[in-house]
Amino acid sequence: MVKRTSALSDALQLAWVRLRRSLTTILLTAFGLVAAWALLNLVIGGQCDGKCVVDALAQTLRVATPIAFAAFCGVLCERAGVVDIGIEGKMLMAAMAAYSVNLFGFQLLQDALGPVAAGNVSRWLALVMAVASALLLAGLHAVFSIRFKSDQIISGTVINILAIGITGYMYRAFLAENLPAGPGTFPLVPIPLLAEIPVLGPILFHQKPLTYLMLALAVGIYWMLFYTQWGLRVRAVGEHPRAADTLGIDVLRTRYINTLLGGVVAGLGGAWFTLEAVDVFSPLMTNGLGFIGLAAMIFGKWNPFGALLGALLFGLGNSVTATVSIFRPDIPSQIPQMLPYLLTIIVLTGVVGRAVAPAADGQPYEKS
Amino acid sequence: MPPALQAIGITKRFPGVLANDHVDFTLQQGEIHALLGENGAGKSTLMNILYGLYQPDEGQVWVKGELVKISNPHEAIARGIGMVHQHFMLVPPLTVTENIMLGQESLVSATRMLGRLAMLDRRSAAARIRELSRQYGLAVDPDAIVGDLPVGAQQRVEIIKALYRDADILILDEPTAVLTPQEADELFVIMRGMVKQGKSIVFITHKLREVFAVADTISVMRGGAMVGSLKPAQATRELLAEMMVGRKVILAIDKAPARPGLAVLQVEGVRVLDDRRHVAVDGVSLEIRSGEILGLAGVQGNGQTELTEALTGLRRVAGGKILLNGHDTTHATPRQLVEAGMGHVPEDRHKHGLVLSFPVRDNIVLCTYYRLPNAHGIELDYAVIARQASELVRIFDIRTPGIETTAGALSGGNQQKVIMARELSRLSERHGAQNGAPLLIASQPTRGLDVGSIEFIHRRIVEARDAGAAVLLISAELDEIMSLSDRIAVMYKGHILATVDARTATREQLGLLMAGVTPAAARPGQREGAHD
Repeated sequence: MVKRTSALSDALQLAWVRLRRSLTTILLTAFGLVAAWALLNLVIGGQCDGKCVVDALAQTLRVATPIAFAAFCGVLCERAGVVDIGIEGKMLMAAMAAYSVNLFGFQLLQDALGPVAAGNVSRWLALVMAVASALLLAGLHAVFSIRFKSDQIISGTVINILAIGITGYMYRAFLAENLPAGPGTFPLVPIPLLAEIPVLGPILFHQKPLTYLMLALAVGIYWMLFYTQWGLRVRAVGEHPRAADTLGIDVLRTRYINTLLGGVVAGLGGAWFTLEAVDVFSPLMTNGLGFIGLAAMIFGKWNPFGALLGALLFGLGNSVTATVSIFRPDIPSQIPQMLPYLLTIIVLTGVVGRAVAPAADGQPYEKS
Repeated sequence: MPPALQAIGITKRFPGVLANDHVDFTLQQGEIHALLGENGAGKSTLMNILYGLYQPDEGQVWVKGELVKISNPHEAIARGIGMVHQHFMLVPPLTVTENIMLGQESLVSATRMLGRLAMLDRRSAAARIRELSRQYGLAVDPDAIVGDLPVGAQQRVEIIKALYRDADILILDEPTAVLTPQEADELFVIMRGMVKQGKSIVFITHKLREVFAVADTISVMRGGAMVGSLKPAQATRELLAEMMVGRKVILAIDKAPARPGLAVLQVEGVRVLDDRRHVAVDGVSLEIRSGEILGLAGVQGNGQTELTEALTGLRRVAGGKILLNGHDTTHATPRQLVEAGMGHVPEDRHKHGLVLSFPVRDNIVLCTYYRLPNAHGIELDYAVIARQASELVRIFDIRTPGIETTAGALSGGNQQKVIMARELSRLSERHGAQNGAPLLIASQPTRGLDVGSIEFIHRRIVEARDAGAAVLLISAELDEIMSLSDRIAVMYKGHILATVDARTATREQLGLLMAGVTPAAARPGQREGAHD
């Protein structure tokens, strides 16, 4: 018993040390959020007594969800030393798989179960298929880059192009023609009591399931990476695979597992587009958010919490765009639309401190 | 008592190389066994076989009287064999505790049922590390980040890593290569202590001095074969050197006293930043005159690399002034420096000295390809270049099938000769020109070379000096610095702590300076160069 508490206090102490180390990132992000709040109030606050500001922030978290999933996929892969720029493709594939299963599942089950139950079943089925389809592409990437040691950037690019091709074809062949009424997205799931908190409630606890899952994953992946045996081994493999190998750790297996786990997470991110955002698929609908997720990962220094902060920042840029174009038609919409991409460039040029990737990131491991 | 470790008739072939040729090796329990040999003699191959990194083609391995097959390092660890590699197997961003327990993590017992997701118990691992650290006198801080530690401390982490796995047979691969002489002596004390507590140690080295300092038994390898084993009492430096090289070796370099002329290189208060934009060279001043060799000693990573890069135009100078023969070259480009008479033998011959995929011929004209007689306008004159290359291959005794052979196919010694040929021929071509004497900057010129090549390169450096060149020699090998230099400057944390006369300098004095200890005599007010 004594031992457990001491391990806990140890963990807390470690968490504090890590927190202090990433203080600049946190301060910058906090500053950004406050500045954005003030800016939002200034630009649109007068139009709606501040309510639309809360809405804009809830929207921020929603839009941040797929970006964060993409970033977590990146964290999982790159911490083990596999660069994955095919996240965009995996999400696109998952978005289409989810939509197709949702649509056709709903049509098949509608008569047997009735519209409400059929919608529920088909949505969860769609989520599973979304994950499975992304997993398939992740498996491809894993085999290319781990087994065949091909260039990981090229492998990722191939997966992106492949996904665009497949989804584009499927869309034209099966989906574009006769789009029946959509089966609907996941409903909002307000958390009892918590959703009633003023300001924070509507922002944090009045969301859809994948958004909650994303927040839980941030905590989960962080804990796994820094507090468990698995995490220590993954980090060692991403930094110095030969050292890990001499200590009996299976480098290739670790990399396979992480690349596939990344695929699962990317699949969840793809499902967000057609199961939470809108219930319709359109070609190229992921719109670069997978790449922005990678920028969020770099912004967050390959740490899940940092990546989440990065995703929130991009989400904010996105929701500001939307809100401003609604309430201020006098501002040319192109200007706020540039914001997320401008942010990406700023982050990637290293303005937010030099981020150092895992040392063996992107290098195939060859046993001597 | 059976031997701790015994190898019988080990043979290992790599494509085109017989790395181990029926090698016998016996490590008795409780002894320090020095394994001596030149680079490429097969020492590391033999040890990698005993540690399970390679599989032998023939032969047997016995551990404590038991015939075993070690097919991976994990099995070696299970048999009580631990190895400290020359290039540390540490993960820099992890803490000491994390590095040591990696692969054999202590876990919080209540979370064990989570399998791989069981929580790390850093506290109990750290306690065990502190205990080992006390028991064997290996000072480490379990919570430090390994990448922040100096190499000496990283080496202690590696040793504890082996002890943490209950190793009683330790293989130390060139452990002193990264240490100051004092640190090496401390390591020897620790090794003695470990042997007293029942450990057996294989100590790989190519430095003769260390063998006498610590070994109970000495085995010498050459060209993949075991030449013989003997006790230190039966050995002399000359005998061991002869066993290593296969012929009589002249250990001391014959050189006439320096006859320094005018100042060639003047460095005044130079500051240089490293890649992470930290100050690596902090106000260094030095002067090298024509006809003298200035040795720059210091433990690796104290700013020598950055200083060299700044002097050769490869890194921006953040402050101060550099004069070459009186002309300001602080911000000169490498091409301008080459034109002004600077020769550079870079630290990493593969990365910066040669284009490995180019033939020897092209490598020889890398600095002069663009001008007469090698080029007319934009056209290269291959006939002239080939003639020049063949000539240099002959003069510098470069062992290559031909000038068309790619540089990457040559042995390390011959690659270095190609670089020396290129740089020195350029300097001698300039010698006598009105605008001053040439400057040769040689960084780690003999790292990883065999004794024969070392002798050759040392002789050439002294010849360049005698022909009037100013030479800056940067080396991590104190022996090399001491035998070649006329004056020795010691660099520590970006500063030059002192410059001493090589004739009176002692190993102990330099070792202390390399560790940052300034003798009381050298007061801060005393300027460098005041010793002359």
